[in-house]
Formats: sequence, C-alpha cells, structure tokens
Amino acid sequence: MIPELGHFALILALSLALVLSIFPMIGSLNNTPGWIALARPAALGQFFFIAIAFGCLVSSFLTDDFSVAYVAQNGNTLLPDVYKVSAVWGAHEGSLLLWVFILSGWTVAVSMLARHLPAVVLARVLSVMGMVSIGFLSFLLFTSNPFARVFPVPLQGGDLNPLLQDPGLAIHPPMLYMGYVGMSVAFSFAIAALIGGRLDAAWARWSRPWTTVAWMFLTIGITLGSWWAYNELGWGGWWFWDPVENASFMPWLAATALIHSLAVTEKRGAFKRWTVLLALLAFSLSLLGTFLVRSGVLTSVHAFATDPARGLFILIFLCIVIGGSLSLYAARAPSVSSGGRFDAFSRETLLLGNNLLLVIITAFVLLGTLAPLIYDALGWGKISVGFPWFNRMFVIFTPFLVVLMGMGPLTRWKHQDPGDLARQLRVALLISLGGGILGSLPILHKGSIWAGLAVMLSLWIVCSLAISLRQRLRYRKGLAGLWQDLGTKGSGSYYGMVVAHFGVAVFIIGVTFVMQYNVEKDIRLSPGQSTELAGYTLRFDGVQGRQGPNYHADRGTVHVLKDDREIAVLHPEKRVYTVQTKPMTESGIDVGFTRDIYVSLGEGLGNGDWSMRLYYKPFVRWIWFGGLLIAIGGLLAASDRRYRIAVRDQLSALGNDGLIANGGS
Amino acid sequence: MTPKRRKRLILIALMVAGVGIAIAVALKAFNENLMFFYTPTAVAGGEAPAGHLIRVGGLVTKGSVKRQSDGLTVTFDITDYAETIKVQYTGILPDLFREGQGIVARGRLQKGNLFVAEEVLAKHDEKYMPPEVADALKTAKKNGAVGAATGGETP
Repeated sequence: MIPELGHFALILALSLALVLSIFPMIGSLNNTPGWIALARPAALGQFFFIAIAFGCLVSSFLTDDFSVAYVAQNGNTLLPDVYKVSAVWGAHEGSLLLWVFILSGWTVAVSMLARHLPAVVLARVLSVMGMVSIGFLSFLLFTSNPFARVFPVPLQGGDLNPLLQDPGLAIHPPMLYMGYVGMSVAFSFAIAALIGGRLDAAWARWSRPWTTVAWMFLTIGITLGSWWAYNELGWGGWWFWDPVENASFMPWLAATALIHSLAVTEKRGAFKRWTVLLALLAFSLSLLGTFLVRSGVLTSVHAFATDPARGLFILIFLCIVIGGSLSLYAARAPSVSSGGRFDAFSRETLLLGNNLLLVIITAFVLLGTLAPLIYDALGWGKISVGFPWFNRMFVIFTPFLVVLMGMGPLTRWKHQDPGDLARQLRVALLISLGGGILGSLPILHKGSIWAGLAVMLSLWIVCSLAISLRQRLRYRKGLAGLWQDLGTKGSGSYYGMVVAHFGVAVFIIGVTFVMQYNVEKDIRLSPGQSTELAGYTLRFDGVQGRQGPNYHADRGTVHVLKDDREIAVLHPEKRVYTVQTKPMTESGIDVGFTRDIYVSLGEGLGNGDWSMRLYYKPFVRWIWFGGLLIAIGGLLAASDRRYRIAVRDQLSALGNDGLIANGGS
Repeated sequence: MTPKRRKRLILIALMVAGVGIAIAVALKAFNENLMFFYTPTAVAGGEAPAGHLIRVGGLVTKGSVKRQSDGLTVTFDITDYAETIKVQYTGILPDLFREGQGIVARGRLQKGNLFVAEEVLAKHDEKYMPPEVADALKTAKKNGAVGAATGGETP
C-alpha cells in the first residue's frame, strides 16, 4: 500500500511539474497575472508530493518491506536504523529520488525566500526549475522506479554495500546533491534572464547568494567524500582522481569561476555574457556528473548496452538541456550590452584571469575523465589517465591562481596603478619568499622544493589578506572595530572571501605536506613485535575476534609510542559483513593537528602474524580543515545583509518599467 | 592606437601566450601519462612495451598464488584463458583479492614477461568484473580459447 502511495505521489508531482513549467512561463510572456500566480502553489504542491514519495521509500526501508525491489536489494533487517535511512540513497533509483526531492526543495526555497523578486522573473525562474524537474521525474518514473514490486518476496534483503555503512557517507550524498541541484537555481536565473532579455546587475545580485549557497554545499560534499575515502577505503588516500570524484569536482570548479564572475557582473555590470555562460556550464557539468556516475557509463561504455533505455534517456535529456540553453544563449547574447569598461590593470582583469584559469582546469579535468571513454569508443585501445597527470596539471596552474588571489582583494575596480599595488604588497612578497626558502630547507622535515613552494604560496595568500584587512579596518581599531565592521552592509561578502581564501592557503599546505612527507610502510608483524615509523614506535599486540551488529571482525591492537611514552592505542579491523560476505578494512587512526598515524590490517599470515600497512600522514587534517573554511566563507558571503536590503531597493527601481505584472512583494 | 589600448593588447597577448604554454605543457604530460591496458594474450604476443607503466588484467588462476617467506611479496598468474602471465607484487593485497577473481594490476613488464605490479585493484563487489577483464575474456573466447575446460565460470 505505502509503495503505491509513493508511486502515485510521484506521478502527481510530475503533473504539477508540467503545470509549473508551462503556465507560469506562458503567463509571463503574454502577461496573464493568473497564470503567473500559479508558479508558487505549483512549486509547493510538487514539493509536497515528492516529500510524500520520499517518506514512503524511507518507511519501506524502516519496516523492511522487501516486496519493494529496491528495498530488497539494498535493505536488511539487521541494518541499524540510521543506515536503513541512508540506504534510501545508496543506489541508483533512490539517489535519483533524493535528487528530485532536493530539487523540489530548492524550488520551494526560491519561491519563499525570493519574494521580493518581480513576479514575472520569479515565475520564469520557477518555471525553468519545473522543466528540469520534469526531466528527472520522468527519468525516475519511466526507467528507474524505486517503488517497483518484486515477486516472490525475499525473506531477507541484499543489504547496503558495507562501504556505505559509515556516518560520513550517510550525509555525503545529500550534501553533494544539495550542491549539484543548487546549480539549477543559478541556471534557472540565467535562463529566466535570457528569456526576459535583461541581463543586468540586478540579475547578478539575485542569483549570487543562491549560487554561493549551492557552491558551499558542493564544497562540503566534496570535502566529506574525501574524508570518507580516507577513513573507509583503508589506503590512506584522500583523493584518487576517480571519474566519480571528478564528476563532482568539475561543477565545483565551474561554480567557483561563476561566483567570481558574478561579483564582477554585480559590482561593475561587466562580463554579463560570460557569467551567463558559466551558469549554464556549471549546471550542465552537474547534470553530466550525476548521469555519468549513475549510469555507469564511466566504468565502461558498455554499461549503455546493459540498460539502453536509461542510457538513451540520459543522452536525450543532456542534449535538450545543453542544446536548448545554448541556442537560447546564442539568440539572446548579441543583444546584451557590454557593460562597464575597465583598464588593462584592474580587479576586473585579475578576475578574468581567475576565470580563465579555472575554466582551463575544468576543461583538463573533463579531458582526463572522458579520455578513456573516447579512446574506447573510437577503438584506440583501453587507457586510463594516471593521477600523476592530474597532480602535475594542478601544480602548473595553481601558482598562477594563487598569485592572482593575493593581488585581487587589494586591487581597485576599473583602474589600478601597478606601482601602488606593488608598494602595498612588498611586505607580503618578502615574507612569502623568505618563508618559501625556509620551507624548502631541511628544518622540520627533510627539505623539499615543493614544500617550499607551498609555504610561499600560502604565506602570499595569508599576508595579502592581512594587508587587505588592515586597510579595511584603518579607521576602526581593535576587536571592537572588527565587530562593528562585521555589522556593516557588504561585510559578509568581504569576510567570506577572507575566510575562503585563507582556507585555500590551509588546503595548499595540507596537500603538499602530506604528499611530500608521507611515510608508508607495508610490514609483517608478529604479536608483541614493534616497528619504527617516522619517529614513532608501533607495537602490535595481536588480533582478537569481535562480533558486530551485522558483521564479524578481526580486531587488531596497535600501541603507538613516542619516546617510550604511549600516546594512543589503535584498533584497526578486518570486517566480514554477514549478508554480502564482503571483507572490509576498517583503519585505526590516531588523529593529530600536524600528523595522523594510520594503521590498516592486511591479512592473517598464520601463527598470529599479520601483514599490515602503516602510514605517517603529516598535515593531512589541514586538507579537510581548508575545505571546511572554504565552505564557511561561502556561508558568510551568502548571508551578507546587503542581499536582503538591496533586493528591496531593486524592486522599487524596477517597479517603474512595467516588469512587475502583479505586485510581487 | 592609444597607449591605453596598446597596454591592454600587450596584456592580452601575454595572457594568451602564458595560457598557451601552460596548455602545451599539460597536453604533453597528458600523452606521457596515458596508461594503456593489455590482456595476457597481448602481453604474450609481445605487444606490451617493457619498462613502461601499463595496466594488465585477467582472472587470478586457481592455485597460483604463492607468498614468499617475507610474508609480503606475492606472486600469482592472471589469465584470459588463452594466455597466462606471472605477476609479482609486494605489499597488502586488496580485500577482495582471491583466486578466480578478476583483477587489474598497474605496473611494469620486466624481461621474461614477469609483470611487477605497483598496485593491484579488485573492486568492492563480488560479482563485479573489471570491464577490461570481461572484454579480454570475451575476445579470447571468440578466438577459440578453451576457457570452459578450465572452469570458465565467472566468479
């Protein structure tokens, strides 16, 4: 009964999505207030029914209703309740349901929070989001129904993949999807603006906070994914340049370019066409990512053949979205004015450089991700692109980005005197060069030119931020001054930028140090035996059996000693999950601010001996700490007071030129 | 041309040049970092270059896994039922490595067709067959390999 309810709710949601995408749009074109007014209730109704469907699937998992095929494949009575809920998005059908659920959530959020938008614009934005929703809902209903029944009903479910039974992964997909789907808001604002033919500062201001919030979620999602991989995969790696990871990283890169470009469009009215194009690109890459991951195309081209219906649907939908939006762009872009002028050396130019670099990096990641697919399809052989290439590419481009990052905040809009800027940045340059030289000398660790480069780049960012802060707080002294400044209009954006850029500096240190000074050791140990690892002594105390809720584990005990003093006891495990009988490595990690000690069990070699993998990972936490700071920066920027105030001002300005069909506020 | 315009033009030219160089470097590195995949048949036929970083894949032959006295170095055979190559690996094998399972190894081919692996991959799914391996088996079978006789069930 409940699964059918969910199914019907999805069908109703699809009908409402049709209403949402047709009537408000037509109404906005021929000025029919009644049709325009349909947008909000339709969005709300769609959300309501998708929420019901989602609730139905959750309840099917919680009650172990194995007559539902999807639950039978991914659920299990022994699964803890938390993982029963997270199993909802553990595989293809359910994760698509989560996708549309979040999409309808964003749609409602826009309809509620963007009340100050002119009704016509709001109707168009919601309408475009409705169109995206149609695509996903029909994909769900016609090819991947999560509520399909199975007969005969199995007595026990197939269980959630043990790898996914981890708190990090329970919240990683929702965060990532919040980001992916959030890009649809930026996309819809861009399409609405193209339809209306009005690409101006007001449009940029409206879509900016939404884009920033979506980008923040994407940042959190990627950071969580990386943290999960480190904890759960047992190989001590935090990023693998896996196609699935790249699929989330490309939209992030494009969105990063977009939020910078939106700043220019909002403040100076320039880069309009470019900004729109980036908004289309970011969402297209989100779609591409979702589909590539979910269709399994990336593991093999032949996955298309295993389910032709899904593959074909994906291709057609992608073509419609990308092709449709690009043709609209081609039709409208020439009529867009070119906006504010700027000199060769100005903040606009630097941000243009930022955009250029980010887009190039995105293109390269796309190349590396799709190359195996292209080679295979053209019969040039089976290849994979080694991660050294991806790494090298980032080493080539990041320094340029960082140089711009240091200069940007201190550079004026429109025109900047280079000599002036050089004087301001002289101290930052000296400190970072000095730090770089010190960093490459063997003082704390053995010397490395790359570590020196990382220290230099990070110091460059930090020092230039400090200089910029000092200038900003010239007339406000001390902490009280800072507090006062935080309350002003526009401060959210500024401090968001400071925190996010600082996060990049932290991230660079983390990445470089862990790659340069990482110590890895594969070893065979007998109980009682000790080994050295980067100045620490690790003593192995044997392995005992342990019974978990839905698995059996071999649990090792490793004592970590520094200077004969015990600092930690680690319990790496080798688990075998009862249902899927998959062995799983659960690593034992001693977490530290400047280093992690990471132990994972290999296999038993008889006589109580085990093979083991030991890692010393310096500064690895800084990677996720940096990611977190970047996300917090996004939150600060999006919460800027001026968006709330300014929207009202814009409204009164727009009220005069007849854009508001029926008073939107 | 006003001086301002000229300045802007120079700046743009510099930017384009810089970006061009960076792209050229990245593309060159791309070509050097492509890792080709070879089946055991291709390796036996001498198609795979020795000393280059490549990937090979196949099923781990039953009864071929031998551990050396240090407990960490392992040798095993992988096969596509037509040909077999010997693989040597030092370190911790992935959780799902076992005889009969399809695996992919990354490493370099030494003289005498010994493949020294730097990394061994077995996906986290018992039913999962690396697509390259599945393809290799299919091709070998088409060419008349006697797969069925050696117990050609896919594990």
